[in-house]
Amino acid sequence: MSTDSTIHGTGEVIVSHDAHDAGLEVHHHKETFITKYVFSQDHKMICKQFLITGMIWAILGGLMSVLFRLQLGYPDSTFPWLEDILGKWAKGGKIQPEAYYALITMHGTVLVFFVLTGGLSGTFANFLIPLQIGARDMASPFLNMLSYWFFWMASVVMLTSLFIETGPASGGWTVYPPLSALGDANLGSKGGMDYWITGMALFVVSSLLGGLNYITTILNMRTKGMSMTRLPLTIWAILFTAILGVLSFPVLLSGLILLLFDRHAGTSFYLSDIFISATQKALPNEGGSPILYQHLFWFLGHPEVYIIILPAMGLVSEVMAINSRKPIFGYMAMVGSLMAITILAFLVWAHHMFVTGLNPFLGSVFVLLTLLIAVPSAIKVFNWLTTLWRGNIRFTPAMLFAIGFVSMFISGGLTGVFLGNSTLDIHLHDTMFIVAHFHIVMGVSAFLGMFCGVYHWFPKMYGRYMNNTMAYIHFWVTFAGAYLIFWPMHYEGLAGLPRRYMDYSGWSSFNQFGGLNRFISTVSMVVFAVQLMFVFNFFYSIFKGRKVISKNPWQANTLEWTTPIRPGHGNWPGEIPEVHRWAYDYGKDGKEFILQTEPLGADEQHH
Amino acid sequence: MSTIFLFAILLMGFVITFQIAKASEYVGILKGEKKNNEQNNRINGFLMIVFLVLGLIGVYWCNELFKGKILGKAASDHGEKIDSMLYITIAITGVVFFITQILLFWFSFKYQYSEKRKGYYFPHNNKLEVIWTVVPAIALTVLVGFGLMYWYQITGEAPKNAMEVEVTGKQFNWIFRYPGKDNVFGNKYYKNISDAENNSLGLLWDDPKTHDDIVVTNTMYLVVNQPVKLIINSRDVIHDVGLVAFRMKMDAVPGTPTTMWFTPKYTTQEMKKMTNNPDFEYEISCDQMCGKSHFSMKGTVQVVSPEEFILWRAKQVPNYAQVMKDKMPSPPAADSVKTTAVNMPAKLVATN
Repeated sequence: MSTDSTIHGTGEVIVSHDAHDAGLEVHHHKETFITKYVFSQDHKMICKQFLITGMIWAILGGLMSVLFRLQLGYPDSTFPWLEDILGKWAKGGKIQPEAYYALITMHGTVLVFFVLTGGLSGTFANFLIPLQIGARDMASPFLNMLSYWFFWMASVVMLTSLFIETGPASGGWTVYPPLSALGDANLGSKGGMDYWITGMALFVVSSLLGGLNYITTILNMRTKGMSMTRLPLTIWAILFTAILGVLSFPVLLSGLILLLFDRHAGTSFYLSDIFISATQKALPNEGGSPILYQHLFWFLGHPEVYIIILPAMGLVSEVMAINSRKPIFGYMAMVGSLMAITILAFLVWAHHMFVTGLNPFLGSVFVLLTLLIAVPSAIKVFNWLTTLWRGNIRFTPAMLFAIGFVSMFISGGLTGVFLGNSTLDIHLHDTMFIVAHFHIVMGVSAFLGMFCGVYHWFPKMYGRYMNNTMAYIHFWVTFAGAYLIFWPMHYEGLAGLPRRYMDYSGWSSFNQFGGLNRFISTVSMVVFAVQLMFVFNFFYSIFKGRKVISKNPWQANTLEWTTPIRPGHGNWPGEIPEVHRWAYDYGKDGKEFILQTEPLGADEQHH
Repeated sequence: MSTIFLFAILLMGFVITFQIAKASEYVGILKGEKKNNEQNNRINGFLMIVFLVLGLIGVYWCNELFKGKILGKAASDHGEKIDSMLYITIAITGVVFFITQILLFWFSFKYQYSEKRKGYYFPHNNKLEVIWTVVPAIALTVLVGFGLMYWYQITGEAPKNAMEVEVTGKQFNWIFRYPGKDNVFGNKYYKNISDAENNSLGLLWDDPKTHDDIVVTNTMYLVVNQPVKLIINSRDVIHDVGLVAFRMKMDAVPGTPTTMWFTPKYTTQEMKKMTNNPDFEYEISCDQMCGKSHFSMKGTVQVVSPEEFILWRAKQVPNYAQVMKDKMPSPPAADSVKTTAVNMPAKLVATN
């Protein structure tokens, strides 16, 4: 094999200036510690950077939830050690209201954006796109690197906001004005809110750089033979995720910039008729509408939940087919439903605003469009079930998480049918019911999808396996724990318990769940502890895990398993393989699995 | 001390789990990968069915525990509609929930790895896919139909005989205004608000319609079986008038008044008897995050008979009269102030 064909073999241009032994390695930069581990342009390293940053954020965000659950579960108790770590925010060992609201706000922000958007998409888009479509790297490795470092800067800004004197943003993760615009109305709306906006602006930049790169790469850099309909569902899911992000994040940014103007430039986009009780002052702003912000926010905010869940769906579809040893059922329907969800995602945002005084007719249009989403979602669920049917299921840890994902997605999806119906939303809006709903359907589900991906592709990332026993414990405790936490929470919501309350004991309508709140808090601590075990398993296995000895440990069809066990930058040492079939020929013609690179037999049918 | 102890136990737990995990990995290697995988598979397949059974028992048990604590009798006509919508939705989604969850775990258990079986190559089937596109679509059409029917009834125009009450949220309590004898709310302007001068809504005293407006805080009085239309405002940030017993909710948005109407069906006294709870109160909760005391922004509603309401209203002193009394205690003087106040520009009055 000549050097030339190696480098330009399939039309990929990897500029290799020093190609003495090109048969073994395509890639010959002099790599220093900095270029390999810090400012790396290798998509696999960037993936790991996203993943580990996401894990750090997940621990912090999870810890915040443990702290505020402590308050919710034990509103009458004091915990002196809290004062040791939080200082004035937990005077006398009791979390102060400002601190409580800061905690829930940052918990939401961190988990929604920094873990389940940055961490999840960033990790698996970066890792899987080039490996599964057969490309040496992203279309622009440099932009890809910038994407991570903008994410990193956003993280630093957001983290810093936790330590400023007036505390981080505390108006809820949706930061509705006027509360978020007026420092006099809310402590967290002083400096913390500026940090929040800055952090989010940097995050949007990161997300756009990443998203454009993902779309470009998927559309332009597929290897020979890899038509769109031969792509694994992971890639389809990531493609739609990226499209959603690119089209909706700018709208959030524009909304936040207007908020910044209202805060500091005296404009009245969102402000009107305000008299601040604390300072006894009427503000000069007139004519603005806080509802405008909600439209701008939810125009991102709703697609955002699909940005979170679509990649998880993709990962789960792939893992489920591999471990059922049969093709994913209804590939085209799966792609079609992803597309339908993507389109509908842009048309349902106002279902978050049924009780804002929205015109009831407009509300009814959004009811219709919202409940329409249940159709593609139902198709996906039934297709997953049929994929399991008459399979030969191997319960690898990844497969368990995939099954858990489907279970959670069903449970959370069905409560969505309650909330999307405006009549019921009148009663359930902003209660614990919605908290239970979205934690199950996008929080827990997306996390299960992410774990599914991590366990499945860990061998490809690090050339080692994670420990199975710990993985099984991790799954069962997380899965059962999540149900124990969030299932009974629906009952609190049906009783009308408002969300974002730090203490229900002063209410005769809401004080009947003291015991349940203690129970939920206790379970959440156990589940959190088990996540720490996962983190330990992850890092321990990087260095000490059982080594992978075969190129294709799961006997899967997709291209990433044709690379060496520890692929270098450029992924394939020789030519990029050519693709001859779709990704799901499992159990076809009596064969266990058929790699995508295997040519069709003489009398073999396309799927 | 106990905290340290707790952490020590936790750490021990970790170490033990880790040791077991490591040991089982070595045992797995000794036993051979295949055999080890098969064993893991059997255990997890079994756990799938265990989880399903325990889960279903748990769902039942959870319902038994809490069903008495959630929905008391809906205290408004709209609330009853919302409750019936809730039961329709629970019925339809409940069927789907049980079918899909049982299939999921049952398939996982039944089709677990066996050396004898091969995965069945079944990539697609148009008939099946059409069925599960159409059936959910029909079910959802039913739900949308019922939902929108109720939605339009609830959000439609309030009846002509509806009593009007203005509700204003502020950090962190509720202010209610009744139009007084003329049945018209007088004008107000937010820059006139002054808590020090007992003008918490910024009423314009040069508008004579404000003179009989009654302003009260914390407790709203409503008449049983008479529709009430709430005109909802906010003085500062977004609040939300949450009336859990009536199943109603509407945001209070600064600068943009919103409305909602309903008919209370039972007086507070009746509810006390019906719920067997002498401490029962209709509570107004703030349901939209509004700052540090959001969780304690409470108001109450007293639903009373028409006679009691008239009696209550007769006892209330209009805001205007209170303000004037504060300023000049003697009656004739108050009168003269009244006339000047009418002629004076609003701002001057407010800053006096």
